[in-house]
Formats: sequence, C-alpha cells, structure tokens
Amino acid sequence: MRLSNTARWTLGAISLLVLTFIYVPIAVVVINSFNTSMNMAWPPAGFTLEWWGRAVGSQGLLASLGLSIFVASCATAIALLLGTLISLALSRYKFFGRESVSLLVVLPIALPGIVTGIALNNAFRTIMGVQLSAATVIIAHATFCIVTVYNNVMARMARMNRSLEEASADLGAGLWTTFRLVTFPQLRSALFAGGLLAFGLSFDEIIVTTFTAGSGTQTLPIWILTNMFRPNQAPVVNVVAVAMVIVSVIPIYVAQRMAGAESKR
Amino acid sequence: MKFMSALKVSVVATAVALTLSACGTAATPTASSDVPTKLGANEKTLSLLGWPGYAEDGSNDPKVDWVTPFEEETGCQVTFKPYGTSDEALSLFKTGDYDAIAASGDATLRLIAGGQVAPLNTDLIPNYANVYSFLKNREWNTVDGKTYGVPHGYGANLLMYNTKVVKPAPTSWDVVFDKASAYKGKVTAYDSPIYIADAALYLMVHKPELGIKNPYSLDETQLAAAVDLLKAQRQNIGEYWSDYLKSISAFESGDTVVGTTWQVIRNSMSAKATVEAILPSEGATGWSDSWMISSTAKSPNCAYAWLNYIDSPKANAAATEYFGEAPVTQAACDFMASKDTCASYHAGDEAYAAKIWYWTTPITKCLDGRKDVQCTDYARWTEAWQEIKG
Amino acid sequence: MTGGASARTSFARRVSTMLYSRPRTRLGLLLSAPLAWLVLIYVASLAALLVTALWTVDDYTGAIKMEWTFDNIVHVVTGSLYQTVTLRTVGVALLVTVVDLIIALPIAFFMAKVASSRIQRLMVIAVLMPLWASYLVKAYAWRSVLSHDGILAWLLRPLGLDTPGYSLTGVVLTMGYIWLPYVILPLYAGLERVPNSLLEAASDLGAKSFTTFRTVVLPMLTPAIIAGSIFSFSLTLGDYITVNIVGGASQMLGNLVYTNVGTANNLPMAAAIALIPIVIMFGYIAAVRKTGALENL
Repeated sequence: MRLSNTARWTLGAISLLVLTFIYVPIAVVVINSFNTSMNMAWPPAGFTLEWWGRAVGSQGLLASLGLSIFVASCATAIALLLGTLISLALSRYKFFGRESVSLLVVLPIALPGIVTGIALNNAFRTIMGVQLSAATVIIAHATFCIVTVYNNVMARMARMNRSLEEASADLGAGLWTTFRLVTFPQLRSALFAGGLLAFGLSFDEIIVTTFTAGSGTQTLPIWILTNMFRPNQAPVVNVVAVAMVIVSVIPIYVAQRMAGAESKR
Repeated sequence: MKFMSALKVSVVATAVALTLSACGTAATPTASSDVPTKLGANEKTLSLLGWPGYAEDGSNDPKVDWVTPFEEETGCQVTFKPYGTSDEALSLFKTGDYDAIAASGDATLRLIAGGQVAPLNTDLIPNYANVYSFLKNREWNTVDGKTYGVPHGYGANLLMYNTKVVKPAPTSWDVVFDKASAYKGKVTAYDSPIYIADAALYLMVHKPELGIKNPYSLDETQLAAAVDLLKAQRQNIGEYWSDYLKSISAFESGDTVVGTTWQVIRNSMSAKATVEAILPSEGATGWSDSWMISSTAKSPNCAYAWLNYIDSPKANAAATEYFGEAPVTQAACDFMASKDTCASYHAGDEAYAAKIWYWTTPITKCLDGRKDVQCTDYARWTEAWQEIKG
Repeated sequence: MTGGASARTSFARRVSTMLYSRPRTRLGLLLSAPLAWLVLIYVASLAALLVTALWTVDDYTGAIKMEWTFDNIVHVVTGSLYQTVTLRTVGVALLVTVVDLIIALPIAFFMAKVASSRIQRLMVIAVLMPLWASYLVKAYAWRSVLSHDGILAWLLRPLGLDTPGYSLTGVVLTMGYIWLPYVILPLYAGLERVPNSLLEAASDLGAKSFTTFRTVVLPMLTPAIIAGSIFSFSLTLGDYITVNIVGGASQMLGNLVYTNVGTANNLPMAAAIALIPIVIMFGYIAAVRKTGALENL
C-alpha cells in the first residue's frame, strides 16, 4: 500500500509514542535503582550506588538467578524437543484428531496461570504424592512453553520448501540424515526464536511457579516476591530488573541477526 | 514476624479444631518423650524450619547474619528452610527432616497435640530465664504446664495516620470504622480474613451488648456484626494491603492517610513522611512466635543450643531488629544497632503487651469458654472476608 | 571397530527405511512423546481438578472428603459475589485486550510495512526488551507511576486531569502495559506475512489507504489479532498479583481462587471457581478455532 507521507509520519509518531509508553515505567525502575529512598517514592530523593553493590553481593539473589536460568533452560530444552516433534507431526500428516492435538498444545497457555497452577499442584501433591521441587517447576514450565516452539516451527514449516527434503530422500539420505542436514538448518532460526520466547516465559513466570515450587525452590521471580516483603530489600529488586533488561539485549540481538541473515539468503 | 500474617493465618484453620478440642478436654498430649535432664555433645548439623528472615546467614545481605556466629560457637552447621504458610510448615515438619521450627500461634498447638514437638527442659536454656515473663506460659506455647516453645519476638498491629491530614490526632480505631467516611478513599486495612478480629476488637469495646469477650471467638451474630462494620468500612477503603512495600509507598505518597500498620513500617518511612503510629485505646491484635524442638530431632543438642542462642541478647537483637518486632528479653535492647529500637517497639512494656490480643486461629469451639454456642471458624471468616471485599 | 560401526549404521539405515515406508508408524513415534506429556501431565491434572470441584472439605480436619456433591458448583453459579467478580474480571480482561489491540496495531504496522529493515530490527528489540524486566517489578513501577504524587499525576495535572489512582482503571493500564509485547509480536508477524504486492495492487486499483487496510489487511490479520487477544485476555483473566498491587480494594477471579486454595484450604471450592475462567476460555477458543488463530499464538 503506498502510504502518503502524512500517513507514514503519523504512524511513525504513534509508534514513538507507544515506545515512550513502554519505556517510561522502565525508566522509573532504572531511576529507582539509584534512588536513595527505599520506597520508590517520586521524585527521587538522591543518588546512590548502594543497591547495585548489595545486589552483586547477595548470594540469595545470585542463587535464585542461577536456579531460574537452570529451570528456564531445562524447560526450554524439553519444550524444544516436544514442540518440534509435534510440529513435524502436525505439519506433515493429516490424521484424525489433528485439530484436537493443536488445541491441546495451546491449552496450557490459553487457560489462566492460576488454573494450570492449582491443577498441577493438586496433581503433584495429592495424586502423585511427589514433593514439590525444581523438577516440578520445570515440568510445569515446559508444559506451557511447548506452544511457543510449536507456533514458530509450524509457521516455518508452512513456508518451507518440501522439494529439498524429497530430493534428499531421492538421493538416498535416511530420515535422520535428511532431518539433520536439510530440515533442521531451515528450522534453526525458528527454533531459536521459539526457544527464546519459551525461555523468557519460564524465566519471568510467577503464578504457576508459586504453586509448583517447593519452599526451598526459589526462582528469581519468587525471590523478588519474597524480597518485596523483606525490610530494606525492595531497591535491590529494581537493580535486578534493570540488569535483566540490559542482559536480554544479547539473545534478542542474536535472534534478530539469525532471522535477518536467513531472509537475505 | 508480621509481614506474612496473611499467610500465617493460613490454611490451617480447620485442622486446628482437632488440636484445640484435644487441649480443651485436657487430654494428655500425645507427645511422650520425656524432658531431657542434661545435654550431650553437639551434633554436627542442625536443620531449621521457620518464617523467612528468622535465621539469616548473610546470603541475602552479608551484613545480616546471626547464623554464622552460632555455627562457629557450637560447631552445628545450620541449614534453614523458610516456609510460606503455617500449613506448609506443618506438612514439611511431618517429613521429620527438621530439628527445630519457628511456629506461629496457630501451628504451635497442632504441633503439640500431634506429638511432633517435645516438651522442653527450660533449665537447659539459660537465656530463657531472661525472657519477659508475660511471654512465658501462654496458651500458644504451654500445655498442661509443660513448655514447648521459647519466644522469638512479638508485636502489635498499630494504627498509623498522616498527621497533616488526620486531625485531631486519633486515639481510637473509630477513625477507620465509624468516622472513616471523613477520609473516604484513603483508608487502608490489612488484607486477610484475620482482620475481622480487628473489627471484633472494636465492637468488643464499643458495642458491649454483643457480648464479645475474645475477638477470635465469635458466634454467628457477633461475626455478622463485625462483617457489617467491615462492609461499611469497605466504602471508604482506598486499598487493602498485605505487603510491607505497598503500605509504605501508599503512606509516603499520601494515597493512604489512615489505617493498620506495623511498627517496622513506621520505622522504615523516610524522615519527610508526616505519619504517626499509635496503639489505640481499644488495644490491638498482634503476634508472638515460638521456636520448638522436634520430638524426633536428629540433633537435639544443637537444637537446644539454637533455642538458647536465639534468646541470647545479641542474636535476639539482630533477628528481631531485622524483622521489625520486639525482642523477647530486656538484655537484647543493649545490642540493637539503633538505640531507639526497643523503645519504639515498646519491648518489655507489660502494660502495652497486655493490650495486644495475640493472633489465634478461630475455631468452632469458642475460645472464650462459652459452651452453649458454636463459634465461627477460620473457613467461615475467609468466606465472610471475600464477601466484604465484594 | 569398523565392523561395529557399520553394523550400527546399517541397523539405523534399516530402521530408517522401514519408517520411510510406514508413515503411520513415523507419525506415531513423532506424536507419542509430546502427547504423552500433555495428556498424562496436563489433561490428567485438569481432569483431576474438575473432579475435585465435586468433592468437599471436612470442616473438622480440613481434609478433602471424596463425597460427590454439586454444592460448590451451585454455590459459585448462584452466589452474587461470584457473578459480580466474574463480570468485573471479564470486563477488565476485555478492556485490556481492546486497549492493547488499539495500541499494538499502528506500531506493528509501522514496524512491518513502513520502517527500514534496520529500524525494524531495532524496534523488535525495543519491544522485546521490557519483557525481561520482571513482571513484579513492572507492576510496582506502575504503582509508583499511578500514585497521587507519581509521574502520571505530575504530567496530567497541568492539563486539568488527574491520575486514576489505584483502581480498576489502574489495573487495565498496568495489565495492558505488561501484556503489550505479547500482542504486538503476533500482529507484527501477521502483518509481515501480508505481501507488499497485494497492498500495492489494491492501491493501484484506487483504494485509499484506510480502505486497503480495512478490506485487504484486516481480514488477513484476523488470526493474528485473535492470537494476540488470547494472550492478553487469558493472562488478565487469571491474574491476582497486579490487582493486589494497583487495583485498590478490588478483587478479581484469580484472587478468589487464590484465597480459597491458599488461605481457606478449600481446594474443591477453588476448583469450582476455576471452572469459570476455564469455561470462558473454552468458549472463546471454540469460537475462534476455525479462523486458524491458534496457529498464530
């Protein structure tokens, strides 16, 4: 659609406004991480680096950060595996119940977290009699992360050139070889994008986590929640958020590069 | 340890009934273990269960650490597991993995009746002698004359108000009940069914005809009166609060001008905040938590050492000051980082402590001794609380 | 060594050949693991939860009694508290969704169809980054923004307006903010799939920008819009944390479920209340299934 210049500028201005809307609260968080007032009062009372120093020295924080990375990585790995399998099945085969399977994948994210949370809590504790732990959190997270991988891979498969796979098979390559050398390279960036979203979903999840984590299992969001209640710890929480935003640029940038490189090919 | 009372007040409710009926009928506690008469050598490890912040080892903040000195002194390596609710604490404690637990008023009686905690020989806990007498031999730590728990800290739910807005300075809870409409939209209340007890306490004084003798012991009529009072209050509430930060920020910004608070919140406000926290004439609700030893403790000697340590002046000062509650011995006051701490928490002030109705789980058996009616239990309170909020 | 390796290779080869000629077996192998996971873990848990709603709690011991009763469900369906709170929650969730779509459409369109590829890449990063600042931290930041002496009041007072404070409006703003990236991304992806040539053809035929948008872009974008709305709607429907932080005295369905399971220890009742969002979401999903939206989440 050939947009008039006015339309382009208007859209650009609106976009800028939206980005401002997105970043004002983030700016508040950044400012508060240097604010001498412990209670996030506005305007800031003074400048301090104390919270940053405290965050670096907090073992509880570092331990929960480590656990969150571990949980999110495991959940993402499971989601990548299951999500890829299910998208290969659904994109390549027509079968009875196909629709129901796709609904099943979507369900854990479409139903509110509190429903998933209490359902899994009840299943783990009362039905299976398992102690809640990091493993139960990973299982819960993986369940609702499958969908991000599934959607990314499905979208890629729909656009993928099937003839390459057929050619590979005609040339005598086995199924696995074809997948490894032909299908997988084409899926790589979709897997990365899906994995990144899955990681992000798991990393920041709190509601399902609250219900599936044992009391000793403290992921970063749970640490943040308990520290909101702890005397004098609230500003440290802001530091964590700011650090996370900064660090997140790297994987997002890599994902973008991968997608960009592919579209140029 | 106050900040989580929403949680403390938790789940447990109904099951407490069992326990208390056992106590009520003066049944012998099932705990059979005899009181030890002397201690042996310390074991190597000690496994503790408690509210978050009750045993800090510096991992959250290197400056907050009273576990390491204990480890160096006794050779007992401490592992601490924080729990979120009393219910969770009870199920964790049942696994038998813990030597000692810091429990609240609701959980303690269940632990005692279940025989999961052992009676203590307080002679083996020298520091117990220094504990304020008004915290000893109370209904939540002593059954049939046997002491099961040593106090950790205590505190009251106070009335906080903005001195610039709320005039004249209040002395009664009426500013959040009958006179709350003057501050419509800027009143706050604690977000938990247990807050019904605050309303009951107010009615106990102002509506004597209802015959409320104990704010945790309400029959249907008395509960209905409290619910009506809270529904009227709801019209004036700006927000309910349950966490520390929320309360501080609302009072600092002026979004809230009057409502319940804890002393620690008052103390954390910045100097420019024009607020005051008082214990109103009606008295107030409050809390008092105890450390208890498992009847199947693998390291009973280390556990005794811990109970003694946590009531030692320096450790008790560190733990309660970090938490924002009164210490349980006068000697602790000398070790507070801030000289004003004890005064601000009214530590040891017996007249002050006597005005606190320590938190207890409401059960169907009336706690005030009435035999002719059934009282409302915590499940009923929870239902009522949801309706009040609407 | 070589012999062993080649034996293994030929075994793998035989399996591969066998699978190649048996697509059904291949399908079965592909599906078995994910289906087992989803059915055994998720569907079974959900089913167990629904069954629990038909049980009750023993007043005396707090243990769940497996006596079949519809009391909980009748209580939830007929209780005026639940009706009020359900209406409030659905209203907030709808508003959040509408607000998010209105905000997300122009920026997604700009990203996909106007911006240069460099700007486009930067904008995707800019939209994704806030996802990593913890949900709780963002909610608390909004608490600071919405306060009577916060930034919003400071910005609006000169215009004669005031902050909505801690209220349902505050909840809509905060939730809308937190879920916004989840709505922008599917819209952006959906718009990218609309071929430029199609848009140009439409305008060559004389369609105005807005007409092109309405007649060409919007129909193609519907699945993406629905996908985005499932996120914002469902995430809002089950939330109980944000409403505690910025919602003033209001409560939503999530709070009722949470209180029943956390404070009252009444899982059967919590399960009965949880049926409300489950029914709503199933209804929504059933309604939009045919649009292919579920593949755009």
